[in-house]
Amino acid sequence: MDDLYWRVVDFLQAMAAGLLVGGTYGLMCVGLGIIFGVMRVVNFAHGDFMMLGMYAAFYLVTGFGTVAFLGPYIGPIVGALLAGPIVFVIGWLLHKFLIAQVTGARVVSAEAEGHYAQIILTLGIALVLANGGLILFGSTPVSVQTPLSRESWEIGPVFLNQARAIGFIIAVACAIGLYLFLTRTSLGKALRAAADNPIAAAYVGVDVDRAHRIAFGLGVGITAIAGGLFAMSQSFQPYIGFDFVIVMYAGVVLGGMGSILGAFWGGLTIGLVQQMSTLVLPYQLQNTAIFVVFLIIVFFRPQGMFGRVWERT
Amino acid sequence: MKEKQRSYLRQYAAIAIFAVVYLALGFAVRNSYYQLMMTLVLIWATMGLGWNMLSGYSGLISFGHAAFFGLGAYTVTIAFVKFGITPWLGIPLGVIVGVIAGVLIGVPTFRLRGHYFALAMLAYPLAMLYVFEWLGYQEVSLPMKRENPAAFMQFSDQRSYMVIAMIAVVACMIVSMHVERSRFGRSLLAIKQNLPAAEAAGINAARWRMYAMMLSAAMAAMAGGIYAIILLVVTPQSVFGALTSAQALIVALFGGVGTFWGPVIGSAILIPLAETLHAELGHILPGIQGVVYGVAIIVIILVAPEGIYWKVRDRVIARRSSAPARAMQSPAAAISITPDAASVRRTFGAPLLELQNVSRAFGGLKAVDDVTLSVPEGMIYGIIGPNGAGKTTLFNVLNGFLADDQGTMRFGGQEIGGLKPHEVCARGIGRTFQVVRAFPRMTVLENVIVGAFIGSSTDDEAERLAMEALRRVGMADAQAHMLAGGLTTKQLRLMELARALAPKPRLLLLDETLAGLGQNELDDILPIIRQVNREGVTIVIIEHTMHAMVKLADHFSVLDHGRLIASGPPAEVTRNPAVIEAYLGKKWMDRAKDQVA
Repeated sequence: MDDLYWRVVDFLQAMAAGLLVGGTYGLMCVGLGIIFGVMRVVNFAHGDFMMLGMYAAFYLVTGFGTVAFLGPYIGPIVGALLAGPIVFVIGWLLHKFLIAQVTGARVVSAEAEGHYAQIILTLGIALVLANGGLILFGSTPVSVQTPLSRESWEIGPVFLNQARAIGFIIAVACAIGLYLFLTRTSLGKALRAAADNPIAAAYVGVDVDRAHRIAFGLGVGITAIAGGLFAMSQSFQPYIGFDFVIVMYAGVVLGGMGSILGAFWGGLTIGLVQQMSTLVLPYQLQNTAIFVVFLIIVFFRPQGMFGRVWERT
Repeated sequence: MKEKQRSYLRQYAAIAIFAVVYLALGFAVRNSYYQLMMTLVLIWATMGLGWNMLSGYSGLISFGHAAFFGLGAYTVTIAFVKFGITPWLGIPLGVIVGVIAGVLIGVPTFRLRGHYFALAMLAYPLAMLYVFEWLGYQEVSLPMKRENPAAFMQFSDQRSYMVIAMIAVVACMIVSMHVERSRFGRSLLAIKQNLPAAEAAGINAARWRMYAMMLSAAMAAMAGGIYAIILLVVTPQSVFGALTSAQALIVALFGGVGTFWGPVIGSAILIPLAETLHAELGHILPGIQGVVYGVAIIVIILVAPEGIYWKVRDRVIARRSSAPARAMQSPAAAISITPDAASVRRTFGAPLLELQNVSRAFGGLKAVDDVTLSVPEGMIYGIIGPNGAGKTTLFNVLNGFLADDQGTMRFGGQEIGGLKPHEVCARGIGRTFQVVRAFPRMTVLENVIVGAFIGSSTDDEAERLAMEALRRVGMADAQAHMLAGGLTTKQLRLMELARALAPKPRLLLLDETLAGLGQNELDDILPIIRQVNREGVTIVIIEHTMHAMVKLADHFSVLDHGRLIASGPPAEVTRNPAVIEAYLGKKWMDRAKDQVA
């Protein structure tokens, strides 16, 4: 009886942790989902942009004390939110000078050939960012210090880590804000038009290259915010990006490549899988569980939960 | 064929010279650090050759070759540490483990395309990394053997390892060279350049890819095994890590994709560069190696996307051939064509192709709806219909690109429903495409040879069949050695026709072969098609315009919205009111009726 009770508690605890982590994963996946949805570009460096976001938040909060005056509670959150615009600019510039060379309306229509150059270019960017990060930031794991990460709310027997819970709330808010931006504003609509049919969008006056640049900056910026939020409850080092690339792609593919809303649910699901896998698997294998889930999704439902089926001959 | 042997000998000589010079250099070097670096160059060249075998030749990008490298390394290490098995056996064992892993990974993963494949491949080594950490192999070192060290591949002289690594590289280079020049490599190249065309030309893509994966995994595992012997310490991060996969791809890509020299060149440039920088600056700039690799592939993909080897080679060829300008645009050699006899009443054999109630829907759209038709042997059977009538879908169902939802398809009395494209081709059905699907980086002859593989057992026979097919379409001379990328529309259509003819099919499916051609070009192509038909090949041809077809076809069928709305002799069908309506709409029907009458 007692045994069963604790099992249920463990289950609820893992589920709560999964949901909270999943919210942040969801926001990360949304960032990646925008880039894939609008540009049809497989961005391998996405995890490293998240890493940049984490360090941006870290230095904003601790290094230069820019937002330290806001105190240990609000400071990290503002730091995470500010990481977004910073990484947006980095992404915008990288797109303008590098990525635009191998992407664009021309490549969107070519199904396989164009991806080759993109995948490899973004892999190169990933290597430069991760190892450049090692040079700039050092290899010692750090985290954004906030008293929140040591405090919990208790709901019955279940503990909710405050840093994660607040991260979850802000992540959901950002995702909703982004959704409104894409559906209500004319810029957002232009982005979606460019995503849907770049050629037709160009004919009705959408500057597709500009739309791509904004989408890329937006995508990495959003993920950087998620990274900044995540940094409150997780220590990180410059190589963290590679692991998260798979986590994020798992979420995006699960939600359906090209579906931005789906990406959020996909990320949430991945968070749940990761945390709940600890109920049955050793702790070290939680990422292996994600990879296995990822492979299963890719094999059996590559169009994801919300994706469209692409039929071409 | 002499030319071929000479070219093989040249390559063997080049490999031998490379090996001898490299080893001489290595033996001259006294510094053991440089010797180690020279050995690492060879290991990464082996690894790059492994990556190239799969991704370079077949075009499926793998980010996961660390999986095989790591399995090779850990097999050697665990066999040594736990069971006392010497690496002399451990490395071959690792290769076997690698090949098995290659098959297990390949079977599910080859179902994926493009970026899905790349991403899935990335997941395998990372998953293994955590598993090996969890199993407690965080850091395994190979113990020193005091007595009889050579039996355990332990040498005091670094140069012995260099020789071992050199043997591995040379073996991989020779294997790669033979693959490149055989039907294996050409099939992979065809798959890389245009998968549907390759399958329709009778190439079994799944089989060749699996062979490539197995060889590829074997090479990567071998590299991993030797790596373990040399570094003596194996950690999951160092052998399964993302940087290991990236390094395989980078040396191959930098040096040149799709050639066995590429990974060797790339490794010889990048590994010393990165290692030296790491040694000089590593203490202040710890990630400098990775930055170098990253910058290297960014630059290479923007400047020379196929690698240094091809860039240099294209330069050299351009310089050499600038003098004799392209004077070979001479018109096709006259082929003996019997005079046009379309008006003569022709007789045909038994039904060769029979469709019974064949349907294919995409969601709610019935692209092919309950089509029943029968094509007698020896006929030129025209299928016409407006755009979107389902003509190409019908061909795609016929040659196995798409499964039919229902109905039966019989060819020569045998059911062909459910066969794969290459199997359909093997039964004797060739096809061409509406948008010509050429292999642009191959010559015309090579394009056609790819089509001839299915009808031949040796490569020489394939070449003979290809030449014969080219002769039939009048392209056997100068044009045979032109690159397909530079052909005119008419030449491309003829080349595709030759490719479909090469394995001597009984039935040809021609998809809008005449579309977009001017009158002069039609006058060239129509007699060739008639001649092919007269030589005993039954032809089904799709067009959406009628005028050229009237001169060619013995029988018309009209498709509209997936349904067969008319069928009969051309003269009859063109007067059919339903046909006119399908083409012009109801509004125009009366006016059209007047004109036709």
